[in-house]
Amino acid sequence: MSLTARHLEANGIPTVVLGSARDIVEQAGAPRFLFTDFPLGNPAGAPGNPAMQVEIARMALRLFETAETPGTTVRTPFRWPVDDWRMNFMHVDVAEREALLAAGEDRRRRQALRKEKFGDA
Amino acid sequence: MGFQESATPDPARRVFVSYIDKSREYYLAQGFGNPYRWAYNTEIPFTPLAKPLSESRIGVITTTSLWTGQDHLDLVDRPPKHAYAAPCDPLPARMFTMDLAWDKEATNTDDLGSFLPVTALKKLAAEGRIRDVSPRFYGVPTEYSQRKTNSQDAPAVLEYLREDGVDATLLVGL
Repeated sequence: MSLTARHLEANGIPTVVLGSARDIVEQAGAPRFLFTDFPLGNPAGAPGNPAMQVEIARMALRLFETAETPGTTVRTPFRWPVDDWRMNFMHVDVAEREALLAAGEDRRRRQALRKEKFGDA
Repeated sequence: MGFQESATPDPARRVFVSYIDKSREYYLAQGFGNPYRWAYNTEIPFTPLAKPLSESRIGVITTTSLWTGQDHLDLVDRPPKHAYAAPCDPLPARMFTMDLAWDKEATNTDDLGSFLPVTALKKLAAEGRIRDVSPRFYGVPTEYSQRKTNSQDAPAVLEYLREDGVDATLLVGL
């Protein structure tokens, strides 16, 4: 998404990226970034919370006016009610090494099948 | 699963999640040999607004796909994705998101407004904060091919934005 933002920006269209994967967006060099520290999936606001969603959209618009330098990040004030997702997402547990490898093996097999079906596109 | 029991983060570790670190370790543990090399740029393009927001048309770009009747579509059966444009009025009831690496244990994507801020922007347009929302929203697939994004998808979306007279965009990655 940041690469698309960069392409648009280089062609005269200002952008704000909304996201929750801070390291990925910042390293990619997004021109303006509104960061919400949520689990991946709801960077425009918590599900079922339209008031928060409007507030985040409002902050995103404000960033067009306030960002003065390329690569500006602003953080929204919202917090997810719990923090366990920080540890749990893509958690690698050595006790589950065999299951992880099996899942990877299955994924590679299906990726190969998909490639046979659709090519590299 | 070794879930963290406590509701508060461990201050001996970085609180902000590094998805670059997490995904690298996870896919290595799954036996994928070559860690994904994320985009890294130090030169950053920057275009200021050409006119005030109150006179600007805003477009929304998403990494999600149009829903085709199934929430779950096996990897083998997923056709290649392309950039697209779709009407904002009416908005689709749902989008296809299951192919993307969002946190399916912690949350959901049932509420479009949580990742496609069209309704929120319409509200701000009604307040006069922006002129209006583009009649279409736009999709850019993320398939981990930076080459394809730069050479095909981003230029295609730029064309859609120009067709619709969009002045500035919000890009929302899941």
